[in-house]
Amino acid sequence: MSLIVEHQFDDYEQQQQATTLGMWGFLATEVLFFGGMFLGYTVYRLLYHAPFGEASRHLDVVLGAVNTGVLLCSSLTMALGVHEAQEGNRRMVMLFLAITAALGMIFLGIKFFEYYQKFEEHLIPGPHFMWNGADARHASLFFIFYFVMTGMHALHMVIGIGLMAILVFLTWRGKFSSVYFAPIELGGLYWHFVDIVWVFLFPLLYLVERSR
Amino acid sequence: MSTQLAIFTREHYLNVSYGWKSWLFTRDHKRIALLFLMTITFFFFLGGAFATMVRLELMTPQGDLFQAQTYNKLFSMHGIVMIFLFLIPSIPAVLGNFLVPIMIGARDLAFPRLNLLSWYLLVIGGVFTLWAIVAGGVDTGWTFYTPYSSLFSNTNVVLAVIGIFISGFSSILTGLNFIVTIHQMRAPGMTWFRLPLFIWSHYATAIIQVLGTPVVAITLLLVAVERVWRVGIFDPALGGDPILFQHLFWFYSHPAVYIMILPGMGVVSELITTHSHKQIFGYTFVAFSSLAIAIIGFAVWGHHMFVAGQSQYASLMFSILSFLVAIPSAIKVFNWTATLYKGSISYSAPMLYALGFIGLFTIGGLTGLFLATTAVDLHVTDTYFVVAHFHYIMVGGMVMAYLGGIHHWWPKISGKMYPEGWARLAALIVFIGFNLTFFPQFVLGYLGMPRRYYAYADEFQVLNVMSTAGASILAVGYVLPMVYLIWSLRYGESASANPWGATGLEWQIPSPPPTENFEETPIVEEPAYNYESYSRASV
Repeated sequence: MSLIVEHQFDDYEQQQQATTLGMWGFLATEVLFFGGMFLGYTVYRLLYHAPFGEASRHLDVVLGAVNTGVLLCSSLTMALGVHEAQEGNRRMVMLFLAITAALGMIFLGIKFFEYYQKFEEHLIPGPHFMWNGADARHASLFFIFYFVMTGMHALHMVIGIGLMAILVFLTWRGKFSSVYFAPIELGGLYWHFVDIVWVFLFPLLYLVERSR
Repeated sequence: MSTQLAIFTREHYLNVSYGWKSWLFTRDHKRIALLFLMTITFFFFLGGAFATMVRLELMTPQGDLFQAQTYNKLFSMHGIVMIFLFLIPSIPAVLGNFLVPIMIGARDLAFPRLNLLSWYLLVIGGVFTLWAIVAGGVDTGWTFYTPYSSLFSNTNVVLAVIGIFISGFSSILTGLNFIVTIHQMRAPGMTWFRLPLFIWSHYATAIIQVLGTPVVAITLLLVAVERVWRVGIFDPALGGDPILFQHLFWFYSHPAVYIMILPGMGVVSELITTHSHKQIFGYTFVAFSSLAIAIIGFAVWGHHMFVAGQSQYASLMFSILSFLVAIPSAIKVFNWTATLYKGSISYSAPMLYALGFIGLFTIGGLTGLFLATTAVDLHVTDTYFVVAHFHYIMVGGMVMAYLGGIHHWWPKISGKMYPEGWARLAALIVFIGFNLTFFPQFVLGYLGMPRRYYAYADEFQVLNVMSTAGASILAVGYVLPMVYLIWSLRYGESASANPWGATGLEWQIPSPPPTENFEETPIVEEPAYNYESYSRASV
């Protein structure tokens, strides 16, 4: 299989380095994108310590923990997929990428079940928000950040699953080899990034007040 | 006959293919630059139309031409269109797109498809903004301060925010493309310290675009969430904090000011050296000052919030940091001036724009120091002093540099020479018109005329009439280049490969360049602006 080198690059190595740097640059943008939300959350968490803690205890820590496990496993299968791509095992690449996507979908399923629970409990901010404890306004603020941050993360997961589907398709069509597998590697970088965002979201949103 | 035919039919990027498909699906960075040029020219004149209406209202002290609400929309739309749809893309997306690959000896940017996508994103963002305008406009000011923007304004805030969000990603992709291209695609021998300073300033700009823009994107998204779902993120009545919005907004929007000036500085470095035929004075200082501006620029946003209830210690730090960021800017001004010393200066139109830039940027920069001083800032906050200050930077600086750059590289872009006499006249008209428009506003602001009001005290009328008169002169100065540049496409003299006798790789290839830019990858063996050995060689 011949290597596809786009006309603007001198050789395959240059193309490889350029696309990798591009992906890292894009991830830097993503870090700052989520950073705005993390900053907002942190500020309000410091200002309104008690209602945020109280609201945090309304999240289902078991489901959150299970989801964390699911995502960490998906990162493992993603890494294995990239490894198999290096080895040039087409079938194994497809298998691992498909498992990765499936785990992503399990994550989203559990996430939407959690959203449904919040809906049932009237914990969605807005006119129907119901809160028994003190300081409903700031408890509502917690849930806004919960929904915006996990919602943004879920959107990234959807994009990631789409990427996996495309990569499986391209692998099936025989587009990659043990020399040319850059798209799989880049897809992996993106997947791990989305995973890491959750690794920060989980303790901040679910675990922050559990010790008391 | 046959030789003549051969000259006329030399293949270049403009005549290599025809038809709208060859433009809308192009991946050639030069064609994409032209797509950007046409798009932002439209937005420039649209934003200019809003400014014209603002200036007409301010001819008289009473609010008589427009209602207060309409006036609020006019200045808001002026700011939104000019900043997000003209100034942010201006030099990077047009001149940067055209020149970055050529200047470093590459055939294209690293990601041509992404580059085309970035144009489409600007267009889609622009369409949303136009939709917001047609649907009745926005009256929040370009700053979208909460809770007014999120709860009280009855105008099309969400549409405008979506427009800015999308066009923001256009800016991010352009920046990302530049960073990767500059890192990975330099020709053999094109070391970092042989790069033209245009490249350094675009590199610094790209860092801000990639790291700053996503923050304003998420911030405006949160405003939209708050507005659509009526929840309190930034609204104090619902438990939020409006100051948090201001911090997040200015974390991008102050560095964005440097997106709107650094590329202009890069252009001026090229214009000054070329048209005085001299090596730049202190290359490394000018190069690193761009990076210093980009980095320190991320730590000064609080100077927009001296009166917003920020702690006085925070204000003190932001004040000191704002003074610090003036140092690299001053280094550039001094080095440009030193470059001119004993140069063989030609007063061509690009040079006139460059000299105008230096003067106006200096005034804009120094008045910025007034505003960085907490005590003075208290006095002039939200007055016309601030308006005059940032117009000296953005219009007196960036737009002058943009026009100078368009003239300077017009022979390369179009293959035609612009009419020099008309161009010098236009440069002069712009300079005079600009100063007449904005210098009175410094005085108005210092005397206490607040910004964003459609009526004012009678005693301010003389200065306001001067300003409006200046604006009409400025309008002539902006329309003129559009007329004669389009004229030159048909009637202009054909340009040689290197009409200015300049160094730099872009002048070593034919005008207009072939699609692949270079027939074979150039090998660079000398520093940038090596005019001394260059003139010896040509003698």
